[in-house]
Amino acid sequence: MSDHATTQHYTSTGLDSRKLAMWAFIGSECMLFGALISGYLVYKGRSVVGPTPEEILNIPVTTVSTFVLLSSSLFMVLALAGLVERNMAKAKLWTFMTGLGGLVFLGFQYYEFSSFVHEGLGLTTNLFASTFYTLTGTHGAHVAIGVTILLTCWVQMLRGKFGPEKAPVLEVAGLYWHFVDVIWIVIFTLIYLLT
Amino acid sequence: MAADEHQADAQAHANTATYLTIFAILFVITVVEVGIFYVGIPRPVLVSVLIVLSAAKFVLVVGYFMHLKFDSPVLRLLFAGPVFIALAIGLALLFLFGVFRLGV
Repeated sequence: MSDHATTQHYTSTGLDSRKLAMWAFIGSECMLFGALISGYLVYKGRSVVGPTPEEILNIPVTTVSTFVLLSSSLFMVLALAGLVERNMAKAKLWTFMTGLGGLVFLGFQYYEFSSFVHEGLGLTTNLFASTFYTLTGTHGAHVAIGVTILLTCWVQMLRGKFGPEKAPVLEVAGLYWHFVDVIWIVIFTLIYLLT
Repeated sequence: MAADEHQADAQAHANTATYLTIFAILFVITVVEVGIFYVGIPRPVLVSVLIVLSAAKFVLVVGYFMHLKFDSPVLRLLFAGPVFIALAIGLALLFLFGVFRLGV
């Protein structure tokens, strides 16, 4: 049953339709984030009131959260490797750690946003605030969705309903997670380091 | 069994040692990025170096962690096409709004 459930997703192209769909989705997401990043860069330096990025962005804290997200990408490939090797203990551990990494990243983002608000940077304070919150908030929403997917997979593993036959499903979830990481790589450089 | 074979094939190209090596490279690049940010090198150099390093991290994650290096050309095209469009539109907007300028 499970083999049938897995193989029926293969198309005449020889590609798993779920994987094909995820890559098409990732492509569309690239254009979405391309638009948001362009919007931020176009309006950069045009705010007529502060706080400005130079005054408010906390590079050390964001560097730590960047390392957390990079680590979670490593955990994700280890989780998938565990599932493919039929090592469920390894798969469960690293799937949970990946989700935990995402939660820690969201914790850092909550800390960053709340400290910005305390320093007077609301959503409509200036052009920087609007474009910054829209971009990083959209990314954070993607992280939250990824965490939900990964922790759902983990719970299903604990219940014995997500075994090695579901490896293609975890691979597709992993593609989404790595994409979230890739977007953060770009955001960290263009928004934080090139202030 | 086709799914297992497919998965095993994808995994055969990259093992745990490869993943750890890629992660170590990503870690080092990020340390270098933050380091040169604080060193205070001339801005044109800083911008160029940071963009190259960021692109290297992007390619490593997509190529190895997302297995695109070992996957079907159809998937590579499905990803590279929209990335190219996003870059082209982004650059066009930056020129249109005067962030970048050609000539004087």
